[in-house]
Amino acid sequence: MNKTLVMLPKTPPRDHRQTAWDLFSHDADIGVRGYGETKEIAFEQAAYAMTGVMTDPEKITPLKSVDISCEGPDDALLLYEWLNALVYEMATRGMLFSRYAVDIQDNTLTGRAWGEPVDIDRHQPAVEIKGATLTELRISQEPDGQWTAQCVVDV
Amino acid sequence: MEISKLEQTGPCEWQIAPFGKMNVPAVIYADQDLVEDMDEKVFEQVTNVATLPGIVKASYAMPDAHWGYGFPIGGVAAFDAEQDGVISAGGVGFDISCGVRAMLTNLTREQIEPLKKQLADALFAKVPAGVGSKGDIRLNPQEMDGMLAGGAEWAVRQGWGDEADLERIEEHGRMAGADPEQISARARKRQRKEMGTLGSGNHYLEVQEISEIFDAETAKGFGLKQGWVVVCIHCGSRGLGHQIGTEFLKDMAITAPGQGISLPDRELACARLKSDIGQRYLGAMRAGVNCALANREIIGHLTREVFAQIFPGSKLDLLYDVSHNTCKAETHRTNGKERQLYIHRKGATRAYGPGHPDLPRGLMEIGQPVLIGGSMGTGSYVLTGTKTSEQKAFSSACHGAGRAMSRRQAYKKWRGRQVIDELAQQGIIIRSPTGRGVAEEAPGAYKDVTAVVDAAQTAGLANKVARLKPIVCIKG
Repeated sequence: MNKTLVMLPKTPPRDHRQTAWDLFSHDADIGVRGYGETKEIAFEQAAYAMTGVMTDPEKITPLKSVDISCEGPDDALLLYEWLNALVYEMATRGMLFSRYAVDIQDNTLTGRAWGEPVDIDRHQPAVEIKGATLTELRISQEPDGQWTAQCVVDV
Repeated sequence: MEISKLEQTGPCEWQIAPFGKMNVPAVIYADQDLVEDMDEKVFEQVTNVATLPGIVKASYAMPDAHWGYGFPIGGVAAFDAEQDGVISAGGVGFDISCGVRAMLTNLTREQIEPLKKQLADALFAKVPAGVGSKGDIRLNPQEMDGMLAGGAEWAVRQGWGDEADLERIEEHGRMAGADPEQISARARKRQRKEMGTLGSGNHYLEVQEISEIFDAETAKGFGLKQGWVVVCIHCGSRGLGHQIGTEFLKDMAITAPGQGISLPDRELACARLKSDIGQRYLGAMRAGVNCALANREIIGHLTREVFAQIFPGSKLDLLYDVSHNTCKAETHRTNGKERQLYIHRKGATRAYGPGHPDLPRGLMEIGQPVLIGGSMGTGSYVLTGTKTSEQKAFSSACHGAGRAMSRRQAYKKWRGRQVIDELAQQGIIIRSPTGRGVAEEAPGAYKDVTAVVDAAQTAGLANKVARLKPIVCIKG
């Protein structure tokens, strides 16, 4: 089977939209939401929002990249897998990320995240993310074409 | 929540008769103010849980119920495997067996006071807390398997804790039926540097004063004396537990339709107990329980080392260690006969009453201690299980106050430094790696736990024994 070769940028994207994400309220925990003109951008922005739960993303220098590959039977579960893969990489590498590049083909996501080791004094991370949940997990597209990707994360 | 949608069936008891696809009624234990304060999501979730197959008697919400993951936090639901009942990863949560232990010192407030700063610094240095923190313990694969199967029993054998602790921990410190083979490589890797760490968010290690006694006889039986000092540790199964939850929640969401389970919302992902994935999750969850029990035993041990250093001759005895995110196989009496049920307690604490055979000899006549964490401001409570708690909610009670506002709102309202200084004025010392974390955990960000425990008592779930006020608080 021929699969289109996925080419992710080798250096962190410079022209990333810093304001195309927000956090929404959930009593015990917190929701992350990303917007974009493509599904991939919405996924990137949702990841950016997840960083925003912990710290100001601007404090994180994109020094080193980590590759991620995951699958999901539908877009929503693909977002779930993407965010949880990031949670896993942050936890096991002791890193925080602030730049993302995503490519989605059918049910497969190929991604790259850039960041640096956690520096408590500089980053002051407020809280650890346990995982992205199925709660309020939704990928949607507006009539004007804009994509939204969101879910609640357990902290 | 709109009170008109509920029927009051007792002083702190409200019922929602089955409608739509509900198999059983929903029952909310709370006073009117607490009910009206609960958001509509609690109504939606507690009634959604009632639609799940094999649910027995009712879908319960505790007085501190709030919006959760499929199940409300503060949710209790029992399932019968013989009736094709289910087990839900969301009904246990991402922090499997998160819980609280209370350790009694032989020290008074007066003895702690002059050395509380040194105590705070030493505890903060000894117990890793917060994002990026690492423990010193590294387990090889065999030791990891030993921990997953052995829990706190394993920890004691390794030299982290006392044999006498075990009977004061649920499951005697070791959850039977754990299946380490169901723990993925990712979950093990995530746990690698996290043994003996506190985590972050609402987790804490607090040195507290027993400030008020409500029930003198029970307090005596528990060993609680006014003016004396206890240590409470609140944390769970760390990265391993989170990874188990993450993996199985997705798997269950995918397999549920194939098992003929119609989910009102995908977040209620669950599986038939008598299915391969149901059994695999049970084995994994039980290993997660052991990880949490081992973790709290290790942190208890580290705490003992600090106290021995600063207060030579002091000792810490474990009163009890409870868990509030679990699914346990228990025998309960329903319709006049005993049967085995799988009880989900999501943000709810087991509360066995006096006479329960699973209680240790020293507590059997009295009842099980139920440890309820409050905010740094209101303090915490020790309750005890009652004779009526089984019939009310399968021997379950609340677990804590629940948030009054979101983390974002709290961070907008307070600064960490401000919270730390205000609490210092009240004689409370906070140690935390970050200011924002403290702001998000500010006392004002939480509901009043006193109202919650009062309602639990009125409802017959658990009775107040003592109140605990913080002196030192370590947060992640």
